[in-house]
Amino acid sequence: MNQRLADKLATMMFWSGAALVLIILGVLVGYILYHGFQSIDYAFLTKPPLTSAAGGGVGPQIFNSFYLLFLSMMITIPIGLLAGIYMAEYAQPGKVTEIIRLSIETLTSLPSIVVGLFGLLIFVNMTGWGYSLASGALALTVFNLPMMVRIVEESIANVPNSLRESSLALGATRWQTIWRVVLPAAFPGFVTGTIIISGRVFGEAAALLYTAGMSSPALNFHDFNPTSPSSPINPFRPAETLAVHIWKVNSEAMIPDIRRVADGSAAVLVFIVMLFNLSARWLGRIIYKRFTAS
Amino acid sequence: MGKTDNNKSPIVLKSRENETGAAWRIWKKYNDIFGKNITMFCALVVIFITVSIVIFISAKGLSTFVKDGISPLHFLFSTQWWPDRPLEEGGPLVGSFAFIVGSLIISLLAVLVSAPLSIIVAVFMVEIAENWAYKVLQPAIEILAGIPSVVYGYVGLSLLVPFIRESMGGSGFSILAGFLVLSVMILPTVISVSADALRSLPGEWKEAALALGSTRWQTIRLVLVPAARSGLITGVILGLSRAFGEALAVQMVIGNTRKLPTSILDPIITLTSAITMDMGYTVTGHLWNNALWSMALLLLTMSLFFITLIRFFSRKGVVQ
Repeated sequence: MNQRLADKLATMMFWSGAALVLIILGVLVGYILYHGFQSIDYAFLTKPPLTSAAGGGVGPQIFNSFYLLFLSMMITIPIGLLAGIYMAEYAQPGKVTEIIRLSIETLTSLPSIVVGLFGLLIFVNMTGWGYSLASGALALTVFNLPMMVRIVEESIANVPNSLRESSLALGATRWQTIWRVVLPAAFPGFVTGTIIISGRVFGEAAALLYTAGMSSPALNFHDFNPTSPSSPINPFRPAETLAVHIWKVNSEAMIPDIRRVADGSAAVLVFIVMLFNLSARWLGRIIYKRFTAS
Repeated sequence: MGKTDNNKSPIVLKSRENETGAAWRIWKKYNDIFGKNITMFCALVVIFITVSIVIFISAKGLSTFVKDGISPLHFLFSTQWWPDRPLEEGGPLVGSFAFIVGSLIISLLAVLVSAPLSIIVAVFMVEIAENWAYKVLQPAIEILAGIPSVVYGYVGLSLLVPFIRESMGGSGFSILAGFLVLSVMILPTVISVSADALRSLPGEWKEAALALGSTRWQTIRLVLVPAARSGLITGVILGLSRAFGEALAVQMVIGNTRKLPTSILDPIITLTSAITMDMGYTVTGHLWNNALWSMALLLLTMSLFFITLIRFFSRKGVVQ
């Protein structure tokens, strides 16, 4: 009887633990979205921030976040893909492989502020680019690359060996097998993983404070000359992202409506990140269906 | 890379070999070597990045000791932090004890709160949850993992800090706010690693315990959790490492006062928050700036230490 009672109590403890986590999540997301959607309107999403008056928006910050994500993914995806292929298909157990794994682990667990400082040292100061999108994108790449390698490696490892064997048996080389047989089969996992990484990167701030910078020049959204300093697509201009903006507004802004801007930015940020997560699940499922014809 | 042909079958490739020129034959012969080398090169890039981070951060971080002649013991254990005091008044001093203690207190308390809850939730997910509960909890944890750390910081700042101020007094910017924010932030990390560890246990162990008449709670407490302990410890260390290295979420809620705290409601400062706030306002090459790089080196060292711990435990944890 006693043990049964203990079992019942324990079960209750486990249920309440799980409920507590759900409540925390509910409070967090509810709080952010509730306060946020009161301050979001079209002007907030499109107008640039103001330095000392109320009524500024976060238009350029939203653009910067997406553009920085794009730039960083342009570097991360090819390198991560190839490195992941190596780890899954070619790497033999041995010293080199062991060191690569250790490097991946090290990079994954580095505090993002340390990655930011490394970026400051190399991409901002040594290259002479200053605070810029390019420096930020490279710092984010340091941050992304290990996750990307892992995801590619895992999705390739999940491809059944029979596929490889039949391709090799038909006379294809190893590389042809990887490129035409293994990669397409690993594609769904790869897409899902990439989107989830994108969501993480989208919210990253600490690594960007001292690389992409904490300010954004006045942008002219009709100027698409990549060398002009006010062009939105110039990779060598400083660019404050949405996540950095939340931090900066709270710590040093001189506007009267800090609360409104921060609420709105947080809601937009969380909304977009949740959208990334949802679309990762959804897209993964769709692509999987397409590829397996089920 | 194979752009010259659109055929899928290697048998057709062979007949095309005769039709096309030397370039295709060379590609056919060497594509395997090419593939292996280019992928290996990219994998080596990862090593290259890691090594350069260690080298550059170390070089910068050690200059406090090498160039400015500050003793490492002073840096680690002194509370005398006067980086801008002129030489006549006792010289600039960069004792960072208060920052180090701050980082340790905040991250250890966060883990103390977070680890039990995480393990409870992980056990729940693997052993107890019915299908519907699992289907609710799993995406919930993914969302929690996806929320950016500045947002955690901001909710701490706008919800938790005023709440602490009104219900417990003080300014609200406190150790309490700091570790509560962190403990929620590291929940998903610890939960998912712990759940993986529990999932990887052989099913027979559970069945054997149940068959011997144990209740579910006895099975969990006496068989499953002890058997998965190395995985659980790995999860907790990963959480600790995240908490120790987190910068912005902490900086926003802890008040950043450089004084050793006496109560849980006192403000505090950490290594990461000092770096975040001062790096932009100090001059490169100046002692103050160098001290911040030494703090970064300390963070890097701690993160390497955590990895070593994890490797130790995961090697120990192979099921015998």
